[in-house]
Amino acid sequence: MNRSFAESTARERLQHVFDAGSFQELVGPGARVVSPHLALLGLPASFDDGVVVGRARLDGQIVLVAAQEGGFMGGGVGEVHGAKLVGLFQRALLDRPAAVFVLAESGGVRLHEANAGLVAVSEVMRALLDVRAAGIPVVMLIGGANGCFGGMGLIARCADYVVMSDIGRLSMSGPEVIESSHGVEEFDARDRALVWRTTGGKHRYLTGDCDVLVDDDIQAFRTAAIAALPCHRALTLASLEREHAMLEQRLLSFGECSDSAQVWQALGIADPLAVPELDASAVRALKAQGSEAAA
Amino acid sequence: MNWQILIGALFGDAHTVVRTGDLLSGSATVQGQTVAVIGTTDHAPIGVELALAQARCVLDTVKNSPGRPIMLLVDTQGQRLRHRDEMLGINRYMAHLGCCIALARERGHRVVALVYDQALSGGFITSGLMADACYALPEAEIRVMRLPAMARVTKISEERLQQLSESNPVFAPGVQNFVAMGAIDCLWRGDLQAQLVAALAASPEGDVRAADGALRGGRRLAAEVAQRVRTEILPA
Repeated sequence: MNRSFAESTARERLQHVFDAGSFQELVGPGARVVSPHLALLGLPASFDDGVVVGRARLDGQIVLVAAQEGGFMGGGVGEVHGAKLVGLFQRALLDRPAAVFVLAESGGVRLHEANAGLVAVSEVMRALLDVRAAGIPVVMLIGGANGCFGGMGLIARCADYVVMSDIGRLSMSGPEVIESSHGVEEFDARDRALVWRTTGGKHRYLTGDCDVLVDDDIQAFRTAAIAALPCHRALTLASLEREHAMLEQRLLSFGECSDSAQVWQALGIADPLAVPELDASAVRALKAQGSEAAA
Repeated sequence: MNWQILIGALFGDAHTVVRTGDLLSGSATVQGQTVAVIGTTDHAPIGVELALAQARCVLDTVKNSPGRPIMLLVDTQGQRLRHRDEMLGINRYMAHLGCCIALARERGHRVVALVYDQALSGGFITSGLMADACYALPEAEIRVMRLPAMARVTKISEERLQQLSESNPVFAPGVQNFVAMGAIDCLWRGDLQAQLVAALAASPEGDVRAADGALRGGRRLAAEVAQRVRTEILPA
């Protein structure tokens, strides 16, 4: 039977994505390392501060892993949460694992400790990029119900490789924030179809912002994670020039589009309005056809 | 501070910095050393185009002027809050800018940043906070969110947040709080050029912000927690 990635907790995801029984937690709940800021606001703390970090095996290879718990403060990055991620990436430089995996589910900076969270996000980015510079791949798995937004959306796009499910979301500002800033005409946060069309896994896959699209199934994430193990992409002047050219071309190709469906049409997809109804394998097939047509 | 006045205070007339839209770019000379200047002005919202334009300047500096120090001038209201930017993948555009700055640092460019007016959330993460060291003017404003908006999101009254922010730098906007966090190395007062010269002469020492945050009392746990995760011994 399939197990939903989205409906699983961070710990369940670690247990099932990585080799059975292999996960070993670092600074676990027993260490009682909690946010020092939440109690001041009269809010309950969590003994893992919403992120579980440690070492595991994947297909027999040693990897370092982190999983954010969307059920605690939306996976928001606070001082301790961010420091655990930083420490994990710094450890990778010492342990030299086959890869570092982040099972991201987060609204971004935790506003209850906003200033510390903001700095922490930039510290994570730098620690992550140091790991990539050392030739160790960093892989993001995104499929939690809270999506991957704000600072975590930035961190995700600093990684070598991104795996998403079709119900996963990856973006910067949440639709609610945009709606409250520029009105419902700009972005109707309650229009779920629009939200998924704009930020969801299918759109990110079709435009290339995620490398693999899978169904909401932990085994599918595991298979994609194993395939991602040798995915290191060096960050060099040449690779950043290629990235730059691609991002420039994207503005030329899609900059005038007012809806993702128009982007998909411009990508050569014959029936863009049908895309939201397709499962992951059908969307993968569409993209393969699109690239053949382009070639 | 107005950007022309700032540039004058930093470089006198020895610069070619121009404004194109909200982008500031050019080069300048200070004590015989040429510096690439890249930044934004007028509280610019960072949309996909402006993130890309800044990245272009960084890449051009790395390509054409190896080793030339880079000065980032920060004045932004944060990422642009538009549907189109999200559709186009603004997080990737902004991350690209951050990666370009990281590449410059890795290839030996000294990168210093100065928040001379306003710095907010995502626009700050992928510019000033990616520098070797980030400084600010005392009158600069740095924040993630205004207190009223924060009160709405966190469902904690504005009065309570205001009260808490007086004793804890973690909530409240304010440049001094970001010094306490370790995010801002120090505030530049008086002779800006002298402080720039000193900042350019300093050597990179890795990411010391968590350690600074602990020393200054703004982030008591970050450095210690990172160290525990880094060094805890797991059974083989």
